[in-house]
Amino acid sequence: MTALLRLDAVAKIYPGQRGLFHKSPDVRAVDGVSLVVEAGRTLGVVGESGCGKSTLGRLALGLERPSEGRVEFDGAAMPPPGSDAWRRLRARMQLVFQDPLGALDRRLTIARQIEEPLVIHGIGDAAARRARVAQLLIDVGLGENLAARHPHALSGGQRQRAVLARALATDPALLVCDEPVSALDVSIQAQVVNMLIDLQKARGIAMMFISHDLKVVRQVSDTVAVMYLGRIVEQGEADQVLAAPQHPYTRALVSAVPTPGRTARERIVLVGDPPNPAARPSGCAFHPRCPVAIAACAVETPILRAMPDGRSVACHLAQPNMDLAA
Amino acid sequence: MPAFGVQSSVMENLISIRGLTVAFDGVPALRGIDLDVQPGEAVGLVGESGCGKSVTWLAALGLLPGHAAVGGSVRLGGQELLGAPAQTLDKVRGGRVAMIFQDPASALNPVIRVGRQVEEALRLHRGLTGAAARAEARRLFEQVGIPDPAGRLNSFAHEMSGGQNQRVMIAMALAGRPDLLIADEPTTALDATIQAQILDLLRRVQQDHGMALVLISHDLGVVADLCSKVGVMYAGRMIEDGSADQIFQSPSHPYTRGLLAALPEMIGPRRRLEAIQGAVPNPADMPPGCAFAPRCTQAGSDCDAGTPNLRRVAGGHRAACLRIAA
Repeated sequence: MTALLRLDAVAKIYPGQRGLFHKSPDVRAVDGVSLVVEAGRTLGVVGESGCGKSTLGRLALGLERPSEGRVEFDGAAMPPPGSDAWRRLRARMQLVFQDPLGALDRRLTIARQIEEPLVIHGIGDAAARRARVAQLLIDVGLGENLAARHPHALSGGQRQRAVLARALATDPALLVCDEPVSALDVSIQAQVVNMLIDLQKARGIAMMFISHDLKVVRQVSDTVAVMYLGRIVEQGEADQVLAAPQHPYTRALVSAVPTPGRTARERIVLVGDPPNPAARPSGCAFHPRCPVAIAACAVETPILRAMPDGRSVACHLAQPNMDLAA
Repeated sequence: MPAFGVQSSVMENLISIRGLTVAFDGVPALRGIDLDVQPGEAVGLVGESGCGKSVTWLAALGLLPGHAAVGGSVRLGGQELLGAPAQTLDKVRGGRVAMIFQDPASALNPVIRVGRQVEEALRLHRGLTGAAARAEARRLFEQVGIPDPAGRLNSFAHEMSGGQNQRVMIAMALAGRPDLLIADEPTTALDATIQAQILDLLRRVQQDHGMALVLISHDLGVVADLCSKVGVMYAGRMIEDGSADQIFQSPSHPYTRGLLAALPEMIGPRRRLEAIQGAVPNPADMPPGCAFAPRCTQAGSDCDAGTPNLRRVAGGHRAACLRIAA
């Protein structure tokens, strides 16, 4: 397997505001994140609001420059945003957001929007582009009759399909999806998730799938990274991490997933809110909410350590073959 | 009232909705809802956007705008609520029936301290003023698990997290000592770990107060977690109802089965999601018979003949589908 996207100790620091007499602290939105997205595979990124998962997506696409560390795409360093090299690269990596209506131009027909990236990157002549748009519409399951419509005349699910068709127009190698199905109803969500998986398999696209919905992440992902306050706390094969989570935070997240038909179950209810990224707790950022924290957790920041089964966990208590709940 | 000596296995309904219809500018949104809630029970209403699950309760409490045409009957105790004078409804809302919504920050007044807002509810519904109201507000904050309750009384909504604001809303709802709490997507805007906290809190206050709860949610898992009785709505009608076990373990209506099959799972082998094809019908252009027929894999020409009524599946379990053996 080849690494299409590689993040090496990447951090994104937003400087605090400077006042006359004080300076608010810097916010480390993403802090020391290393990960790999392999060609044709899907990495799921999960975590709660403010954990830095969307910033991570923007770093992966080169929309933001990392404050520290290095982002590599296809073996070469990410060129600075706005440069010619970066623009050329943009055809090979695309972004899909949660809100399709916001991502689409209300004044353009669906066909025009899907054609636009082809025009921008100078791909094909007018006839070839028309044929490509027609094929893309078929690929995402939109009828030909919708091509001439405007976004407001489409349903939420149809709009997300149109956004996806546009993202696929330039045949990207990497797709970053930021909560792509969160705004959709369950029955439509299943349609779009199935379509994403099919398209990815057929085209061998690598995907970074960012979501707060663990069930959807499990459905689409090969590997998973769990983030808490800018750092990865657990990372590994999706089936390992989500079936038998090791980090206490992952355990709480997994146990908090409401599942029909699983009524009498042990749920770990964490106390308190996720902390403010500008007031990061000392040591392990999770320790104030952690049900199993020990004294060392408040002092020493745990690093991501490899476990025998191949996953990595950033927890002082995570030991090979040790059950944290015991 | 049940006659003397009759075992009250058939409890008197707290609220009884019969044939409730709503139309906005002539376009039907609710097409005849029957629903009973008994004292102290937790009822879940599920369905996708636009199915009428929220409109049902907004109509019942007289909260719809003037251009909505409401028909049918909503009886609370012996009192008819539809068409009741504003004065009566003002006493009911926030008194016997309280409601909380998805977005607590927009339900709270941004320029009034949250403590005063709870005190206002106490004055209106329980006649408490001054120090007595203050003390009771503090007690309510404590009860819903707000840390530093005395200090938080002086906070504004924007100074608190989404989870804390939802706790304030629940405290305000409890201020009127309601017999029924209607929670409309109370955890949809919250992070997973906070959702778990709020669901636990709702379960606790419901049990402590012997209060009935109606939980409106698009998330079948959330409803399964909290409710003993469940109603499934589609296109303005109740299409299946029964105990939570009946609905989630042995769903009968093809739509309910489709919804459950469309949900990704957290455990077991990954399987392809079974999406329901198509989309919800346009309310202004409904199919001639069963509204689900165009998307239903079991539909035949008989389904277009008329709208099927709820029929008995098993004790207390009903579904509106012709394919269910009578």
